Amino acid sequence: MAINWFKYSAPSTFYGLAGKLIPWFSWPAAALFAVGLYIGFFVAPTDAIQSEAYRIIFIHVPASILSMFLYLIMAGYAALGLIFKTRLSAMMASALAPTGALFAFISLWTGALWGKPMWGAWWVWDARLTSELILLFLYLGFIALQASIEDPRRADKASALLAIVGSVNVPIIYYSVQWWNTLHQGATIKMTGTSMHVAMQQSMFTVLVACWLYAIAVGLSRVRSIILEREANTQWVKELKEVRE
Amino acid sequence: MSEFFYMNGYAFYVWGSYGVALLVFLVEVAMVRNRRKQALRQLRLMNDDGDAA
Repeated sequence: MAINWFKYSAPSTFYGLAGKLIPWFSWPAAALFAVGLYIGFFVAPTDAIQSEAYRIIFIHVPASILSMFLYLIMAGYAALGLIFKTRLSAMMASALAPTGALFAFISLWTGALWGKPMWGAWWVWDARLTSELILLFLYLGFIALQASIEDPRRADKASALLAIVGSVNVPIIYYSVQWWNTLHQGATIKMTGTSMHVAMQQSMFTVLVACWLYAIAVGLSRVRSIILEREANTQWVKELKEVRE
Repeated sequence: MSEFFYMNGYAFYVWGSYGVALLVFLVEVAMVRNRRKQALRQLRLMNDDGDAA
């Protein structure tokens, strides 16, 4: 049974599929957020050095991971749209940008509120912090560029170029702690395992999965709206139940 | 319970982080739902114009 991928790459069929998928992502996301934070606050022990302040890690690290991965996925979709001229890919890129930008903001915000008590400063021009800030600006640049160009095709093309060029920044963020060993600590979770307490790992991993499910649910919801906006004068949109009523 | 929220003196930083993160998620969900409502309203207007024409 050969799966006809192209069947779902048409906006009309994808619109229906996405609609059915969203609840399967949104409800588990909410549940896993609750479980993850419960473990993080009631099971994970107090940290010897940082006492309770370290609990910010359970949102700071997942948000940072999401901000980086969502950018790469966004740039990937933008590149697909540019190369294969597939409209849905370009729409997916536009759908992910705001969510990625918000995760970058959360990463910076929680990092600052963690840095103040631990480093004594809200902000430091540290390699990782600065490259994450650039990531946020790239997201905002992508969104602004999209919004500023009337014709969707040209908007997609211009913003795709920005996204692709900007993707060089993501490895810089990841390796910044090793290349410029300034202030931000290195990776606590390495391929070889981690020194973290097991409950801390469980909490962070659960919140990470919750963030992924949340990002997918929001991304799918937003892309459906983009499809409605861009395919407004097509027959299949006119005949949609939710439009006819 | 209040001892829990005190977070050993780091309450402002911990709840400032989680509070803003929760706010961001709630605002984004509200914005996404609103965008869908607007898109559908726009389409219905177009359909009505279509019928009227």
